[in-house]
Amino acid sequence: MGTESNIKLIDEKGLRIDGRSPEELRPIKIEVDVLNRADGSALIEWGGNKILAAVYGPREAYPKHNQDINKAIVKARYNMEAYSVDERKRPGPDRRSMEISKVLSEALETAIMVEQFPRAQIDVFIEVMQADAGTRIAGLTAASVALAAAGIPMRDFVAGCTAGKVDGQIVLDLCKEEDNFGQADLPIAIMPRSGRIVLLQMDGDLTVEEVEKATGMIMGAIKKIAELQRNALLTKFSAVETEGGE
Amino acid sequence: MRLLKEGRRADGRAKDQIRDATIITNYLPRASGSAMVTMGKTRVLAGIKIETGEPFPDTPNQGVLTTNVEMLPIAFPTFESGPPNEDAIELSRVVDRGIRESKMIDLQKLVIEPSKKVWIVFIDINVLDYDGNLIDACSLGAVAALKTAIVPGAAEGDKDFTLPTNLTPISVTMVKIGDDLVVDPDLEEEQIASGRLTVTTSEDGHVRAMQKGEPGFFTLEEVRKAISISSNVGKTVREKYFR
Repeated sequence: MGTESNIKLIDEKGLRIDGRSPEELRPIKIEVDVLNRADGSALIEWGGNKILAAVYGPREAYPKHNQDINKAIVKARYNMEAYSVDERKRPGPDRRSMEISKVLSEALETAIMVEQFPRAQIDVFIEVMQADAGTRIAGLTAASVALAAAGIPMRDFVAGCTAGKVDGQIVLDLCKEEDNFGQADLPIAIMPRSGRIVLLQMDGDLTVEEVEKATGMIMGAIKKIAELQRNALLTKFSAVETEGGE
Repeated sequence: MRLLKEGRRADGRAKDQIRDATIITNYLPRASGSAMVTMGKTRVLAGIKIETGEPFPDTPNQGVLTTNVEMLPIAFPTFESGPPNEDAIELSRVVDRGIRESKMIDLQKLVIEPSKKVWIVFIDINVLDYDGNLIDACSLGAVAALKTAIVPGAAEGDKDFTLPTNLTPISVTMVKIGDDLVVDPDLEEEQIASGRLTVTTSEDGHVRAMQKGEPGFFTLEEVRKAISISSNVGKTVREKYFR
């Protein structure tokens, strides 16, 4: 964000550097239960992002002093793999990934019925295999599907999207160049049925009107994303049903 | 909770009222800039050190800004020494974001030799006493310390000069208790709250950073309200402490 550049990100026709219109999402594909061992998993491809989410649990929280006698603790771990970005990223947690892991855990905990699993822990692992802007939101969207696939009771899905400011214009779902050279980035995740916001971050420079415009775009897009989540699960579980019914 | 329904808080404040703050700048003359901030019973000490170093390769014509917050074990019985935990990391990154995105510091004026040598502004904040709302206390301390900071230019054959600053970002943090947004929560309020929301604005009314934290949710309407509260409280804080 905020890196100086002379690159033009929006052309005379109002199209963006990857040819999208301001309110157009990148292609998104979600696949359910792609891993064998995990209790639930999902693969999301969102633009150039390729992200795996895997769920283990609920299982006994360890070490024991971490246990909460009233509810399960939710531990999301967001990890960027070494080759996921242009310049190799040194493996292991850094300050950015630790902050993201924290806000993702808090977002998921709000949706999961944690009160049903006292003393338990639910682990959510988010592995960014290839990063192309909007990884936290894409990872969270996949994690929510993986949780559903693991049979963990939730109040609702968690689905998210970002908007930002590029060449002075508010646009939906920033790609990498827009993220690097844009003037603002606003990721939001909600529980789609109620519209309750469970993740919200922002950095950059937006007027109050621009925030309003950006959130409007995001809320519209999330409806589509939630639909993709639902379809991904339906495909998986209707397939299971047919197999069993033979 | 019951009190809030009647529009009151345990310590008698209004919902959008921050605690009285005292700011002592130049508390530590050996630092390039410093500020001791007391907000209610929360107390933090911000110190600035400005040294030379290499710029980042992608910003050869800009100085460097780094922010770190330590939650010292003297501040609270359960704070532990050692590497920063995720709370401390989130805290420093949210403080950093407000200052960075408002472009408060004119980093372009901190270049000695492009691509080779620039001034690095280190903001180090230590939490001394914890009674809630560390984000705002630390942000206030950092901003106050930066405004009084001196760049030691004499060491580089120049003259010492005041750190060039522009806008004044003010972070305003709210928590949700029941259906109410409560500004500048103390520890008791943080413990019963669900969801925390920080909005940092600059004096042009623009939003520079936001962060939702802790389990819990906000409606879009509440976010709108939080932005407007932050903008108003920010104005008051600027008038009171930074005129």
